[in-house]
Amino acid sequence: MELFSPEIGLILWMAIPFLIVFFILAKFAWPVIIKGVEDRGKFIDQGIQSAKDANEKLAQVKIEAEQLLADTRKQQLVLLDQASLMRDNLIKTAQEQAILASAKIMEENKEALERERKAALASIRHEVAELSLQIAEQVLRKNLENKSVQLQLINQMLDESKTN
Amino acid sequence: MLESKFKRHNIFRPLIFLLLFFLPAICIQANTGSTEADGEKPIVLKDIIFSHVTDAYDWHLFSTSDHHYSIPLPIIVKSADRGWFIFSSSKVSHGDTYQGFRLATDDPYKGKLVEISTANATEYHRPLDLSFTKTAAEIALTSIALVLLLLSMAKSYKKDSLKSRRGFVGTIEMLIIYIYDDVIKPCVGPDYKKFAPYLLTAFFFIFFNNLLGLVPFFPGGANVTGNISVTFVLAFCTFSITNLMGTKEYYKEIFWPDVPLWLKVPIPVMPFIEVLGAFTKAFALMIRLFANMLAGHMILLVLTSLIFVFYAIGGPLVASGVSLVSILFSIFMLVIDVLVSFIQAYVFTMLSSIFIGMARVHHSH
Repeated sequence: MELFSPEIGLILWMAIPFLIVFFILAKFAWPVIIKGVEDRGKFIDQGIQSAKDANEKLAQVKIEAEQLLADTRKQQLVLLDQASLMRDNLIKTAQEQAILASAKIMEENKEALERERKAALASIRHEVAELSLQIAEQVLRKNLENKSVQLQLINQMLDESKTN
Repeated sequence: MLESKFKRHNIFRPLIFLLLFFLPAICIQANTGSTEADGEKPIVLKDIIFSHVTDAYDWHLFSTSDHHYSIPLPIIVKSADRGWFIFSSSKVSHGDTYQGFRLATDDPYKGKLVEISTANATEYHRPLDLSFTKTAAEIALTSIALVLLLLSMAKSYKKDSLKSRRGFVGTIEMLIIYIYDDVIKPCVGPDYKKFAPYLLTAFFFIFFNNLLGLVPFFPGGANVTGNISVTFVLAFCTFSITNLMGTKEYYKEIFWPDVPLWLKVPIPVMPFIEVLGAFTKAFALMIRLFANMLAGHMILLVLTSLIFVFYAIGGPLVASGVSLVSILFSIFMLVIDVLVSFIQAYVFTMLSSIFIGMARVHHSH
């Protein structure tokens, strides 16, 4: 029955080293090791979490970039439309202005022409009158002594012809 | 294809390997051939097995046909009337008597140191024996190894805890995390942190001693965890922690359990059962580790001894056949025992955790 009866000597030689091992490990080993393992676990979890976050952010940024690109394209189209509209308007107004300007010039030309024509007509009439006077003078010098009566007569006759 | 396979697998290698299986039988023949003339006693299987699984005063290394080589260990005894004695185990190793002490050859103290009575030379009794035995030496060795290993690990963790651990240290770390996260945390309950150091120490102490016990030569071979004194100390530690750290609810459930009044008032039936239960738990812890590890060692020893037994019965040819079978079984059992070493350490830790967890109960309902 030796197998089943505890020996006091061995109990002591077991209890003392076991308790010493327990106290040493409990003070210097287990807390440090467990803390280390848990720290590493936390670090890995954080790493995975931040990698996940980064991925999500990246995906978000990609979507945003695509959105931005699409918006820009749309805006470009709008701008192009506006530009062509503006160009058409510009051409139109330019044409209109050109027409107006040319019309004005033509008008002015017409008026100048008219004025010149009238001036020319007046000068021609004057010339003609002078000439007729000279002629009449020539004629009347021989016939008439009173020049002023003769001139009055001629003018009267000229006016009559003008109104005719 | 087939031809090349045959060429590569040299047929001689397995043959030589197979011959190794018959080596024990051949060795017995060689040995008995020389010793039969000396009229040696027949093999007593019980003695062989028991001498291997029980404690010893010296650490046996190996034997040749005429000499045993062993490491002597100190014997420390206190005689009732002559005081303390400390001497080497080699002084009493071959049945010698030293200062009135010798190893008993018969029951009830067979193999133990006894003190011969000064009055009557045939009478003897056990003195107070605090010898540093083989098991004690093995405990000291594993303790030192355990402390050195874990302190060096702690040092490296202090330096850089984020580095990943590989190889041996990685395996130890895996075991620590496994026991800590999957056994201690769920079994002990909310204040597991307080009890983790004891439970982890117990696990590694038992596991290391279990494994070293399977190594058949120095510095292994001592049946530490299959020794009832060792498991007694371990179970006592769990028992002390369980009952010293018990909460009010735990003691209420022992002395005033929630059962009909007649079960506890005139005769305290239930309290008696509950108190008994507290001791039974620790007793079960002690016995199950002891019995499991002892059984593992015994099976291996019996399988090896079968060769010798069958040699005695049927001669060398039968012994050769049996040695093939018994070595195959021994390999199988050794592999199983490696598993058992882990399982027993695991179970001890788990049961301790559960007992502590039961004592740390807080009323939630």
